[in-house]
Amino acid sequence: MSGRHGIRKSRWLPVYVTAYLAFLYLPILLLPIFSFNNAASTTFPLAGFTTKWYAALWGNTVMLEAARNSLIVGICVSILSTGLAICAARAVTRYKFRGQRATTGLLMAPLFLPEIIVAVSLLMIVLQLGIELSLATVILGQTMFCLPYALSVLISGFDGFDRSLEEASLDLGETAIGTFRRVTLPVVAPAIISSLLVSFTISLDEFILAFFLSGTQPTLPVYIWGQLRFAAKLPSVLALGTLMIALSIILVTTAEILRRRAENRLKAGAAAHG
Amino acid sequence: MADTPMIEIDAVSRYYGIYRALDDVSLDIAAGEFFSLLGPSGCGKTTLLRSIAGFDTPTSGDIRIDGHSAIDLPPNKRPTNMVFQNYAIFPHLNVEENVAYGLKRLKLNADDERQRVGNALEQVRLAHLSKRKAHELSGGQRQRVALARALVMRPKVLLLDEPLSALDKKLREEMQVELRTLQKAVGITFVLVTHDQYEALAMSDRIAVMFGGRIAQVATPKEIYQHPLTRQVADFLGGMNFMQAKITSESAVNLSVETTRFGNVTIAKPKGFTANNGQATIGIRPERLRVLWDDAKADCEVTGHVVDRHYFGEITHLIVDVPGLEKPLSVSETNNFGADDIPVGAPIRLAYDPDALVAMAD
Repeated sequence: MSGRHGIRKSRWLPVYVTAYLAFLYLPILLLPIFSFNNAASTTFPLAGFTTKWYAALWGNTVMLEAARNSLIVGICVSILSTGLAICAARAVTRYKFRGQRATTGLLMAPLFLPEIIVAVSLLMIVLQLGIELSLATVILGQTMFCLPYALSVLISGFDGFDRSLEEASLDLGETAIGTFRRVTLPVVAPAIISSLLVSFTISLDEFILAFFLSGTQPTLPVYIWGQLRFAAKLPSVLALGTLMIALSIILVTTAEILRRRAENRLKAGAAAHG
Repeated sequence: MADTPMIEIDAVSRYYGIYRALDDVSLDIAAGEFFSLLGPSGCGKTTLLRSIAGFDTPTSGDIRIDGHSAIDLPPNKRPTNMVFQNYAIFPHLNVEENVAYGLKRLKLNADDERQRVGNALEQVRLAHLSKRKAHELSGGQRQRVALARALVMRPKVLLLDEPLSALDKKLREEMQVELRTLQKAVGITFVLVTHDQYEALAMSDRIAVMFGGRIAQVATPKEIYQHPLTRQVADFLGGMNFMQAKITSESAVNLSVETTRFGNVTIAKPKGFTANNGQATIGIRPERLRVLWDDAKADCEVTGHVVDRHYFGEITHLIVDVPGLEKPLSVSETNNFGADDIPVGAPIRLAYDPDALVAMAD
């Protein structure tokens, strides 16, 4: 059963894997390393351990304001895009209709549009309409941007949701509303939560749309961009970046665990089909 | 049968556009009966079952359950419960919670609820797995959960939609016996949908055979096997050697026919029979033809020679060409006496009982 018989062992394989992982993660590892370094410049050798950059963040009201903006935008975007994606995912997975494949394709296509072009056209529209740039415009732009991500999480979560589960609930005396509350929602809940987390994470890290559409209220990535002009602020930015990466990893990991759990559940429920 | 039937299907039709899934179906099912709807896929049996459950609404006609019209009732208001083909076990709940699902609506006190769930699990021999989740159960165990979950509601009618089709052969045969025993123990009406003739024959009190949205015959398993009304029914339930015979006389209940190799016989006239150019379709089941060994004699014999042979373990199917018959006869013989050793090409004599011949409408 093991792969040992199938793959010929090579001495170079561990080296290759190590190099691969280093390529992926070394640049990111530099961030936390320098964020704890007791020097204003990001050069080796390290000057000693400090947490003062983190302490400085805590007193930085502009940064805290940007963090608050990011939080508001992230929450709104995740709820809006997940809400819209729930409807679309349900339609695509539950019903058969003309143009189903084309519709799904169109819904997912924005994933491949160059973001900067989308940002420019959104800015043009917003300015044409005379709408003032604010967090609201960022929310709208990022909702559009997050929708395909939310959709792909939810479609994989809803796919294989067995209609007979709802029928079984009705058959056992439950009402339509009760069925939604006791069966539909709990079964798809992990996928919904996963979609919320993914959308929030994408919004939190998203820069281009936020940069174009945020006006005078920067989100965290926009704030970081602004700070890069001042060399002395760099260690603080690294500390902030470290925190954001940590948060993103936690959110995405949780989302993935939930998504897999939802998928396994649905598989288990429908396994008797074989 | 003097009482009101438990289920009365009254002139039910179901159209999907111009496609007739059910075409004027009428049927009574008695209380406490194990009733099977048997037919090939697309014959309307599942549509009929789902109409009884309330998941499908007939275009016309009425369905009465225990004397009351149920046609306008949603599934959750009907005194029926269903075992779904894929069992539809709630994946986020464990076995016990699945079984208790419907009881929660009844707002029983905690002790009563626990006792009813416990009893239902005992009934299907799953008490030891009460904390397992759906994905930790085998196919057979899931089916038991689905059964317990429905039975715990104490329905007047239990509806079973191909409940054994997902199980492997051995388990399927075990569950046939178990379902039958369970039905006798709880004493409620079971309506089973199946496309498996052996399943229907082995389990049912009565069977309705359906084709193309219509009921072809309703009878006990034995009656339906021995006296199929139509050629289609005979063909669907087991094998049948068909042949044409000339009608010599016809009364209200009997047909006298002249056959080419089975002599002149008088047999029961099936309901709905009409002669076709003075001809009738008659038949004999493969197992009603018996190989005559050496110089054994029988009152009625046909002779021919073996053209093919199929070995099935306990029996052998011999294909016997008989001069004068339009098709070779299929003969099913047990292997006790060496039927599996009869060489292809050998001459053979077959004995039959004239009572085994049946006439069928086309």
